[in-house]
Amino acid sequence: MKKVLEVNNLSVSFQTYGGEVQAVRDVNFELHEGETLAIVGESGSGKSVTVQSIMRLLSMPPAKFKSGSILMNDEDIVTMSEAQMEKVRGQEMGMIFQDPMTSLNPTMKIGRQITEGLIKHQGMSKKDALERGIELLRLVGIPNPESRIHQYPHEFSGGMRQRAMIAIALSCNPKILIADEPTTALDVTIQAQILELLRDLQQDMKTAIILITHDLGVVANAADRVAVMYGGKIVETGTVDEIFYAPKHPYTWGLLGSMPKLNDTKKELQSIPGTPPDLKDPPKGCPFAARCPYAMKVCDTYMPEYQHSSDTQKTACWLLDERAPKVNPPENIFVGGVKEHE
Amino acid sequence: MSKTNEKLVEIRNLKKYFPLSRKQVVKAVDGITFDIHKGETFGLVGESGCGKSTAGRTILGLYGASDGDVVFKGENIHGKRSKKELKQLNQNIQMIFQDPYASLNPRMTVLDIIAEGLDIHGLVKSNQERIQRVNELLEIVGLNKEHGNRYPHEFSGGQRQRIGIARALAVDPEFIVADEPISALDVSIQAQVINLLQELQDERGLTYLFIAHDLSMVRHISDRVGVMYLGNMAEIATSKDLYEDPLHPYTQVLLSAVPVPDPALERTRKRIEVKGELPSPIDPPSGCVFRTRCPFATDICGEVKPEFQEKKPGHWVACHMHDDRYKDAFEDK
Repeated sequence: MKKVLEVNNLSVSFQTYGGEVQAVRDVNFELHEGETLAIVGESGSGKSVTVQSIMRLLSMPPAKFKSGSILMNDEDIVTMSEAQMEKVRGQEMGMIFQDPMTSLNPTMKIGRQITEGLIKHQGMSKKDALERGIELLRLVGIPNPESRIHQYPHEFSGGMRQRAMIAIALSCNPKILIADEPTTALDVTIQAQILELLRDLQQDMKTAIILITHDLGVVANAADRVAVMYGGKIVETGTVDEIFYAPKHPYTWGLLGSMPKLNDTKKELQSIPGTPPDLKDPPKGCPFAARCPYAMKVCDTYMPEYQHSSDTQKTACWLLDERAPKVNPPENIFVGGVKEHE
Repeated sequence: MSKTNEKLVEIRNLKKYFPLSRKQVVKAVDGITFDIHKGETFGLVGESGCGKSTAGRTILGLYGASDGDVVFKGENIHGKRSKKELKQLNQNIQMIFQDPYASLNPRMTVLDIIAEGLDIHGLVKSNQERIQRVNELLEIVGLNKEHGNRYPHEFSGGQRQRIGIARALAVDPEFIVADEPISALDVSIQAQVINLLQELQDERGLTYLFIAHDLSMVRHISDRVGVMYLGNMAEIATSKDLYEDPLHPYTQVLLSAVPVPDPALERTRKRIEVKGELPSPIDPPSGCVFRTRCPFATDICGEVKPEFQEKKPGHWVACHMHDDRYKDAFEDK
């Protein structure tokens, strides 16, 4: 599959009065045409900063690219001028935000917000753009798009607003769609509709999607590949099956263990003790060492290298080093208690 | 588990209407009836706008009921009473809020926040006893006593929720209403708080009304679960029955919409579709409130409001499909 995006050694910091916050530290990943990559992790793990760097939405300062590159069509987004970026946003990449209430302009009719990109990027006439806008609203499943397009966002429900956001993000057929917690603010039945819509649209348009979420159910439903972030680093990445059925990193184990399982009732959930590291002064070694039940001496001082357990799965953990003692993941993390891939 | 069938709270035809204008009212809760047993966790689920939070707050007495009764240990919460009686009642019923950022006074130290209930109810005699009691509570919820002199902004979301729990426990209540206590927290922290709530229940025989929209967490923590839709109770059952054999079409829709953290299962699972959107609680549909979106709805659903009936022991449902009188109406479906 064609590579549409390549993030190499990306580090992003924020200058604050309290010191430099190293929000994203040496992150690498690539994105292929038509696939969905889910980035999971706790708040403060750097997942949103990563995608906002890709869209160059961070205000600089306080944010600053410390190192690395973000390659799209062999061009580096990190070094692009603002004028170039304006062509990229909307045209090459679209973004959907968590809160459809605040990410639409309340003073502009939906129609103008959809046609804005079409007129600007595709050079359409107002009339053509409006027609295309109606088509897009129909595509994302909004009933009566002819009259809806002349309404304001407050006249839409939450689910409809998110559909409108998707229509706007997809209006110029972007190659990459970034969805930052697109369903977190929605009810489950609406969430299911939106996820289905994204999947259908992706199949038609071959869009590559970066999906940020903390809901592992959504990941299992929508993702092809998963990157697990912790403390500003990607600690493990693999296909969705590898992450759920053969996870190698203790943090991934912890995440899976904290989910209530289908057939357990009232048993204690496996929780991860402690809290995430302070990225003003990130740990020298593995960021998870302080909370990791398997941490060894080496974990505090040296960051582990990625170990490949397959072509697609790599994990940054000292446990996978040949000198480390062999540790099996806890039994109770596997979904439904069944280990299918062991 | 110290589960009994002794009724701690009885909710009888509870209604809460909010007036909008002279002509319009929002029927947030429109006649719900159920019991909460001593020592159990009763989960209340439903989508936003279904009235679950309003129900919780009305049960607590934070809102006055428009109609119906809430009977707590034989006493009607909404009956007229003196301030003194009300105070005594409030000591037995406490609440844990959703937003750990908004529900702690930023200008009070953690010590004062937790001790506020102790002071109001006169449960401690001296300052020394007050500090000692708060230190105990901090320890119970997994914080340490040095935390008492700090302010809420110095804590993370999970820690703040622990402070909220300590505050609720301070007056030694029997019944705690927890309104989405974990929705604002990260997954790994959610598990910590849920485990803490269960531990406390085991130790102290607490009774919880657990309001949430996360169905998998509700299943995990609850003994029995009630499903609300547009101010009405659609179904009540033990959590095992409800999740394995949901009777009400809305419960089926809701359960099938929850994505399961199992990729292989997700690829094959079929979802039950719902039509349209949630109707307005200002002008709810006639008859069954779910009929406008129900895949099985027939004429009868618009004409008669379904009764809440016990189909199996402990499994209640309000749906004509499960009412023997209307069986014929659904034959061809």
